[in-house]
This record gives sequence, structure tokens and C-alpha cells, in this order.
Amino acid sequence: MRISSKRRSDWMWAYIMITPLMLGLLFFYIWPVFQTFYFSFTDWGSFGKYTWSGLSNYKRLLTDRDLLYAFRNTSIYIITAVPIGIILSIFLAVLLNQKVKGLSVYRTLYFLPVVTMPAAVAMVWKWLYNSDFGLINYVLGRLSIPGPHWLTDNRTALLSIIIVAIWSSIGSHMIIFLSGLQGISVSYYEAASIDGAGAFTKFTRITLPLLTPTIFFVMVTSLIGAFQVFDFIYMMVGDIVMESTQSVVFLYYKYGFLKNSKGYASSIAVLLFGIIMIITYIQMKIQKKWVHYE
Amino acid sequence: MVKNAKKVVAISMLMSTMVVVSACGSSSSTDSPTSSAKETAAASGEKVTISYGGWSLDTMTDVIKAFNASHPNIEVKAENTPYKQYFTKLETAAQGGTMPDVLWMNGPNFIKYAENNMLKDLSDNIKKDQVDLKNYPTSLISLYSLGGKNYGIPKDYDTIGLWYNKKLFDEKGIPYPDGTWDWAKLTEAAKKLTDSSKGIYGFAAPMMNQEDYYNTILQAGGNIISDDHKKSGFDQPEAIEGLKFLTDLIQVHKVSPTLAQMTETAPADLFTSGKLAMYFDGSWAAFTIIQNAEMKNNADVAPLPKGKKQGVVIHGLSHVISANSKHPKEAWEFVKFLGSKEAAEIAAKQGGAIPAFKGSEAAWLAAFPQYHAKAFIDMTEYATPYPVSKNTSVWTTYETEILKNAWTGEKPVADAAKELGAKMNQALAAEK
Repeated sequence: MRISSKRRSDWMWAYIMITPLMLGLLFFYIWPVFQTFYFSFTDWGSFGKYTWSGLSNYKRLLTDRDLLYAFRNTSIYIITAVPIGIILSIFLAVLLNQKVKGLSVYRTLYFLPVVTMPAAVAMVWKWLYNSDFGLINYVLGRLSIPGPHWLTDNRTALLSIIIVAIWSSIGSHMIIFLSGLQGISVSYYEAASIDGAGAFTKFTRITLPLLTPTIFFVMVTSLIGAFQVFDFIYMMVGDIVMESTQSVVFLYYKYGFLKNSKGYASSIAVLLFGIIMIITYIQMKIQKKWVHYE
Repeated sequence: MVKNAKKVVAISMLMSTMVVVSACGSSSSTDSPTSSAKETAAASGEKVTISYGGWSLDTMTDVIKAFNASHPNIEVKAENTPYKQYFTKLETAAQGGTMPDVLWMNGPNFIKYAENNMLKDLSDNIKKDQVDLKNYPTSLISLYSLGGKNYGIPKDYDTIGLWYNKKLFDEKGIPYPDGTWDWAKLTEAAKKLTDSSKGIYGFAAPMMNQEDYYNTILQAGGNIISDDHKKSGFDQPEAIEGLKFLTDLIQVHKVSPTLAQMTETAPADLFTSGKLAMYFDGSWAAFTIIQNAEMKNNADVAPLPKGKKQGVVIHGLSHVISANSKHPKEAWEFVKFLGSKEAAEIAAKQGGAIPAFKGSEAAWLAAFPQYHAKAFIDMTEYATPYPVSKNTSVWTTYETEILKNAWTGEKPVADAAKELGAKMNQALAAEK
């Protein structure tokens, strides 16, 4: 096989161009993945000294009640935040796909939480949720409804986090759905109108099916994101309701950085990695049944 | 194909050289062979920048300014980290060899860092430059020594006092707290000061160790850890009494916000916003309280009330130098300056913490003429050192995890205390 020298030089330049990025990926993403896997079989002391401990970390995983709670909390978070987030953002995307006045203002407003730092979002919501001085309980108080201790009551803390998570994720999902909507050819709708289809029929028969590839994409990415929820929990929830809110990644942080057993923390990370892999694989398999590609 | 293979080799060589280059870049900060070269460079008049880590460096700006002025060849770069993240971040930095050159160290973490050779032994510098360690409280010198070596120059010390809002006391016509107060008197006053219609609480009993329950345990005649650092004191009846005094103020007397409320709004914030009449806080709090327009003249402080006896925890910080510092000479210059009477007085004037340099307390007191801040210094007579062991943070994590059930009332105090005692003893046994 002969390859022309021009092609070869093209290849060379291509490789040179992607080298910096590849190196970064290799060092900061891929190498740590292998390291984490290795460290999950070790026992850590202070300042990075470790000893090989075989499967003991994994044995400990099986009997860790905190981990069980963390998986329960994460599951509750996922099965509420992901579907509600997707449904709401489709709804918003459809609304903002109309030609109304001030469209870009609305789009900006809904997208604003995405460009705001999670830390700032958490600070503001913490004040909104404050049981004595917060706006939410003030409004509830005006309506003579006693407001709960949102962030420090076992029954409401996780719910409060979920609300903020949905609020802050809607914007980015909405933009993706908007682009999906705009990719649907107008001719389908025109044809449907001639056949006498109403707005609702058009939505369920044309919009939704043709949006399924986008829905699938958003579902996969937001599910992975939801499995790794950490920032809002870390910043908003106090120690006293940790058991009923802490996610798997939060538990990983607690073991790795507060209790300094990084070996055990690594085994939690490996377990989570495995679970996400399996679920994503299942999603990939199931997509054939419901995702329509044009 | 052969030519193609050559290209692969060439590319992989290119990549591997980049790897080597980048590896050198990251490891040079951990190794110190280069430091001698840099030192001589500094001696020849080149400007050297040293980093300075702490969690309230806004109290040290004047000192840094004074040092930069008198040492034009050294520039101090302050790296402030909130206390909550400070030691988490520091450990990661220590592991990666990027610890600040000069940094604040506290008692609970000192042994861990010193034993793992993360800190520079300052004994030789102290001898060479004839730094007189008698200028500092002996309890602080010994807190930062290990195996006969000195690792730190004491920066400051702190005790805990009873802060109160004079305006709220005046409104109810109650005399201000003083040194004669005991637990009963505090409870009684707190009851009178609590005004639920206005959302005002008489006292706050948060689940904080140094500020609150360590002190009440001492006042009940108990201890947190035995003198040989081997046994927990939490399961003893005195400790249970000390803890119960605080939880009763929430659950029985209802003069304190609940733990849930205090998690959302810290007692210090409730106090500065005029919603809290009394709470325990450290001498360091004076700096924040006096900056609050409302509290500037309405707050004051008294010694902690007595239980069975008087009791308070004393703790102090030290300045230490990273063992991996690239500029150990300049870092020592800075630490020496920080330990001087001059620096102590500049820092004291700014009002951060009570300086450790003996005789310079007056300058600190002068920063708060309107408060009876001398109470903090008087209390050192009967103060007990802050409890530490080799892995202090392991059992302080248990404190939060277990005691919260007593604070919320889900578990009797005695049960929680016994559980904590058992867990802490386990942790202490595992240290050796």
C-alpha cells in the first residue's frame, strides 16, 4: 500500500495538532482512572504513603451502611431530578421555539443558571431556604403555612437539593432541545396541517418522535451527571442531615479527604464507575426500541 | 509501511519528550536540590517571593506590609483559605510538595505533619539567631515541639469567653455577666432574655467543641482526653454532665435555637444581627464583632461561667516552615520577624488574636477599649490545653457524627457520650 507524501504530511500535522490535547487527557483523565483502580487495592496513611491490602476495601464496601444510604439517596435524586428536568426542559424548549416577543430575553433568563457558578447558586438558595430569615418561608408564613427547616430536616433536605439541581440544569438541557426542535423540518408540520392534524397531535406524532435522539443524548449525559452529584450537597447541607442527603460521590469525598482513607474512597469510585458503565450500556441497548433517527 | 512505522516512532518520541519535560516541571517543586542555587541568587539581590498560608490572613496585612518594607528583597504572597477547607487543602498540597513556604499550624494537626517530615526543624535557626523561647507561653512551645525539636514559633493564643449583647440585657433590666456567674445564673438569665415573639434567644448552645462543649466538660470536672493522650474522657459522668448542660438549654429550657437553626444561621451571625443575647466564642471573635456597626458598642465579654469549677480551653497557633520550601532562608527571616515583639504588636493593633509574645497583650487589649477583653487573658490561669493526639481529626469527626443525635434529642446524652467514648478509645488505640 502506498500513501502519498501529501497525505502523510497531513497526518503528521493532524497528530501534532491533537498531541497537546491528547497529552492533557492522558495525564489528567486517563492515567488517574488507572491509578484510582490500583489504589482501590491499597490502604492509605498520611501524605500519600500506602500499602497493598488486596480485596479488603471491596469487602468493606459490602458491609458499609453509609454506602447503602448514599446509594439510596443518589437513586432518589436520579429518579426524580432526571425525568422532571427533562420533561420541564422539553416543555420550555417548545414554548421558546415559538415566535413571541422578547424571545431572546426569555432564553437568556432560563439559561442564566447555567452560566452562574454552582457556589454562587448554592449561596443564594441557602438564603432562600433559611427557615427563619429565608424568602420561601417568609412567603409561606404570609399564607399561614408553617415553613419547614428545608435544609436541616431529614424529610426535606434531599428534596431541596433536587429542586435546585433541576432549576440549574434546565437551561442547558433546554438549549440542546431547542437545537433539536429547530432541526425538525417545517414540511412535516405543513403536511400534517393539510391532513388536518391539531397542535397536540403534531406534538405527539411529529415533535416528540423526531426529538428522541436529543432526548436520548440528554438522558445519558444527565444520568451520568446525576450519579456524580456533589457540589450542591457539599455547599448547602449541614452535617446534621448528612445521612439522608449524602450522595455516593459525597461519601467518596468524605472518606478520601476528611477521613483520609483514600484507598477505600478509590474503591467507592471504582464501584460507581462500574455502575455507570452498566447503566449506560443498558441505555444504549434499549435506545433501539424508542429512539427514531430520521 | 516501513515509512509509516518510522513516523509512529517519531511521534511517540515527540510525545515522550513532552512527557519528560512536563514531568520535570511538576517534580521540581517537590525536590529541593535546586534550592541552594536559588538561595545564592537571592543573596545577590534578586527578589524572592515566598508564600504565606493561613485561614484569616486579613488580620495579618499590616504585619506583611511591615515585613515587605523592611525586607525589600523578599516579597510575601498571602494565600488565604477558609478554615473549613484549610487542612484538607494543605494535606493535598503537602502530598504534592506545594505547601506554602510559611504557614499557620494548629495543635490538632501538628504531630501528624511533624512526624511525616513535612515541617522544617527550626531548632538550629533558633539557636543560631538566639531567639529567646522564654518570650512565649511554655504551653505553646511544648505544643509545637516533637522529640526535643522545635518546629514552630508561637503566633498567638486564644481562650473562650461569654460574649453578650448589652442592649438586650438593658431592655430586660438584667445585670451584665461577670466572673462570679455559674451555670445556674446563666440559665436563669437566658430564660429571662429569651423573647420568642421577637425571635430573640437568650443563649446559643451549638455543637462546637472548642467554643462550647470542651469548656463545659472541663467545668463539670471532666476531661476530653487523658493526659497521656491514650484514653477518651467522653464516657465519664462529668463529661456527660457538661454535654447535658448545653443540650438542656436547647431541649429543656428552650433558651437556645435548635441545632437545625444554628446549622442554617451560625450563632455568631445571630449575635451580630441582634437576635442572640449570649454565646460562647473565642478571643478571635473580637475582630469580627468590633467591625459590626451595630455590635461595636453594644457587645461585651465576660469570663465563662463556672460549673463545679472554672474551666476553659486554651489553644494557640504557630508559624511553621514547609520542609520542602525552596527558600528556607527567606522563610526563616519571615518567621523570625513574625515571632518578634514588633510584629506581635502590629498584629495586636489590628486585633486578630492575642499575640503569643509575652508583654504584647496590652497592644491587643488596646484594640478593644470598649470590651472587657482582659477576661480572655485572665482565664489563662486555669486554662487547659486543647486536646490533641496523633490523629486528632479521626475522633473529632466521630464527635460530630455521634453527638448530633444528642443535640437533636434523638438519643439520650449519656448514650451518645458513651458511644463516642468507645469509638474514640478505639481510634486512640489504633494510633500506635
